[in-house]
Amino acid sequence: MWDYSEKVREHFFNPRNSGPLENANGIGDVGSIKCGDALRLMLKVQPETGIIEDAHFQTFGCGSAIASSSALTEIIKGKTVDEALLVSNQDIADYLDGLPPEKMHCSVMGREALQAAVANYRGEAWSDEHEEGDLVCKCFAIDAVMIEQTIRGNGLKTMQDVTNYTKAGGGCSACHEKIEDILIAVNGRLYSNEAKANPSLKSTPAPSASPVKPKLTNYQRIRKIEDTLEAIRPMLQRDHGDVALVEVDGKKIYVALSGACQGCSMEAATLAGVQQKLIEALGELVQVLPVGAMANH
Amino acid sequence: MKPIYMDNNATTACDPAVVEAMLPFFTEQFGNASSIHSFGAQVGKALKEARVKVQTLLGAAHDSEIVFTSCGTESDSTAILSALKASPERRTIITTVVEHPAILTLCEHLEKDGCVLHKLPVNKKGRVDLDEYKSLLNDRVAIVSAMWANNETGTLFPVEEMAALAHEKGIMFHTDAVQAVGKLPIDLKTTKIDMLSLSGHKLHAPKGIGVLYVRRNTRFRPLLRGGHQERGRRAGTENSASIVGLGVACDLARKHIEEESTVVKRLRDRLERGILAKVPNAFVNGDTLYRLPNTASIAFEYVEGEGILLLLNREGIAASSGSACTSGSLEPSHVMRAMGIPYTAAHGTIRFSLSRYNTQEEVDRVIAAVPPIIAQLRKLSPYWSGNKPVSNPEQAFQPEYT
Ligand SMILES: Cc1ncc(COP(=O)(O)O)c(C=O)c1O
Repeated sequence: MWDYSEKVREHFFNPRNSGPLENANGIGDVGSIKCGDALRLMLKVQPETGIIEDAHFQTFGCGSAIASSSALTEIIKGKTVDEALLVSNQDIADYLDGLPPEKMHCSVMGREALQAAVANYRGEAWSDEHEEGDLVCKCFAIDAVMIEQTIRGNGLKTMQDVTNYTKAGGGCSACHEKIEDILIAVNGRLYSNEAKANPSLKSTPAPSASPVKPKLTNYQRIRKIEDTLEAIRPMLQRDHGDVALVEVDGKKIYVALSGACQGCSMEAATLAGVQQKLIEALGELVQVLPVGAMANH
Repeated sequence: MKPIYMDNNATTACDPAVVEAMLPFFTEQFGNASSIHSFGAQVGKALKEARVKVQTLLGAAHDSEIVFTSCGTESDSTAILSALKASPERRTIITTVVEHPAILTLCEHLEKDGCVLHKLPVNKKGRVDLDEYKSLLNDRVAIVSAMWANNETGTLFPVEEMAALAHEKGIMFHTDAVQAVGKLPIDLKTTKIDMLSLSGHKLHAPKGIGVLYVRRNTRFRPLLRGGHQERGRRAGTENSASIVGLGVACDLARKHIEEESTVVKRLRDRLERGILAKVPNAFVNGDTLYRLPNTASIAFEYVEGEGILLLLNREGIAASSGSACTSGSLEPSHVMRAMGIPYTAAHGTIRFSLSRYNTQEEVDRVIAAVPPIIAQLRKLSPYWSGNKPVSNPEQAFQPEYT
C-alpha cells in the first residue's frame, strides 16, 4: 500500500467540499475516465470582489487524487481568484504533508483544474497539451514523456546527458536500462558517455502570430515577459541557475533553464514559479514550458 | 475485529504445520545436503521426501522431474530461456496477452534481442481462440508458454489441449501454473505438458521457493550453472527449510483439493452473488464458467480501485485492484485491457481471492461492507449522479484538455 501521510488519509476518508455546487460560476474539468483520473472543480466567485466564496469538487481517481482535490478546495476558499492562481501543485502537496513521487500528478491535476475553472469563470479558453507517461525515474519523479521530449528537444545522446538535463537516473540508477531504451528509440543507437550533447537552442524570440490581449502589443508583451524574467533571474542565480526566454507562441512561453536549475529536481517547481510570475505580470493565463517541449511543434 | 484476508492470489499465509516442519532446518538440521556426514544426510533425506510430495500433488511420473528454484519467476525464466538455448534454430515464442509479467516482460525483452513473439489475444471472457493458436504452430516455434489460470480473473486456459496440439507439431509446451497448483487437481503424467512453473507462496508455503517441473527427456539447459544440485539443472545450495515447507504445503493442498472446488467455490459464489445483488452497475470479469474456484474479479463502474481498497482496508478487509495505479501508471491492468473491459469499469475492478482459511462469516462481512463503500465513492465521482451513472458519462464530463 502507498506510504500516504496522515493528512492524505484524513482528506481521503473525510473529503471536504465534495459533490456538486449549486450556482457555480467557474467550472474546470480535467482528466478523463480513460486515464483513470478525472477532476471537476466548481467555484462560486463573488463577481465584485473576485473572492472564491465556495469551492467543491467531484473526483474519479485514486486516494491521493481525492485527497488533493479536497485539499485544493480548502486552500482556495476565501482567496481571490488572483491569489488562488498563485497556488502551485507543490503547495497542494505540501498542504497534505507530501505525496509519493508516483502520485505527484494528482496535485498537478488539481492545479490544472484550478486554472481551467478560473479560465471558465473569466470566459477564457484554457487548454493544456501536457502529456504524462509512465514513471521512469522514481527518485526524482520523471516520466517517460518528459525524458523523450527532453532528448528530442536538446539532441541528447547519452545517459549522462539525460541525467544532466532532467535529473532522471541521477539517484539509485535502477532506471538506467529504461532510459537507455528511450535513447535508442529516439537516436536509433546508444552513444557512450563520451559523446556530447549538441544543444540547438534558438536564442532569438520570434514574434508570435497568435492574437493576444489588445492592451499589449506583441512587442510590449514580449518586453514584459523579458522584464519579468529579468526580475526573477537574480533569485535563480543565487542558486547557481539561470533562465532565458526562447520562444513565445500565443499562450505558450518556452524558456531554457540552465545551470543548477536545469534538470534539477526542482525544475518543475521552478517552471511553475516562473509561470505564476508571468501570469501576474501579464494579467492573463499563460503556460511556461521547458524548451524541450518545443520539439512537438 | 479480526482482519479478513481475501488476497490469496497475491500471496498466502504459511500454514502453521508448514512453519513447524521448517523450524528444525534453521537450527539442528542446518547441514548441507551435499555433505557426506550425518548433518548433511538428514537434510538430504528431507529434501527427497519433499520432492516426492511435490511430485504427488502434480501427478508427475518421476520425482526427478521436480527442480526446486527460488520462485515462480525463476521457473518461468528458466523454462523459456532453456527452450531457446536448446533449439537455437527456432526463434519464435508463442504466449498470450494476459500472462503474468514474469512471462511477458521476459518475452518482450527477448523480442528486442531478435526473437519473434506471438501473443495470442483473448476475447471479452479472457478466452483464447484455439484455431488461431493452431495456425501459429510451425517448426520455427521454440516454445509455447500459456498460463494455466490467470492471476487477475482466475480464467483457465485449456492448457492440456494446447499442450497436445503443440506436441503433435514437435513444439515444447510450458505452463505458468502458479495460480492453478493447489486449487485444481493436476495430473501431469496424463498430459503433454513439458514444463510447469509453481510458486510456494501461493499455496501456503513460504515466499522465495518455486518449482520447475521438467518432463523426463525434455531438452533442458540450466539458467544457473555451478554445483551439481538438482542434478545440475539448478546450481546453488538448496533452500532446505523452504523446500521442506513446500513439501508439507503440497501434502496439505492434495488433502484439501476437493474442498477448493466445493467449500471455497461456494464461498466465492456467495460473495459474488451477495455483492452483485446490492451494488448496481457492477459485474464479474472473466470466464465465469471456466475459472479458478477461489477468484472473484468484480468491476464496479465509475469508481477507481485504489479508493475502494483504502476504504476496505479501513474495515479490515484485504483485497486487490485490477488497476495498475499502484505501479504509477494510470492505465488499467493489461489483463483488463486485453479483454476489452471498458475504461469505466476496468479502473474500478477489485479482485477478491479466497482460500480454505476463509469463513462464511467473513464473506458475509465483506458483502455488508462493500455496498456503502461503492456508494460513498460514487457520490464523489463526476460520472455518477444520484443513484445512477450520469447519462452518457463519456460525454457528460468534457475536459477542455485531453
Ligand atoms: C501467474 C503468476 N506467475 C508468476 C508469478 C510469480 O511468482 P513469484 O512471486 O514466486 O516469482 C505469480 C505471482 O505473483 C503469478 O501470479
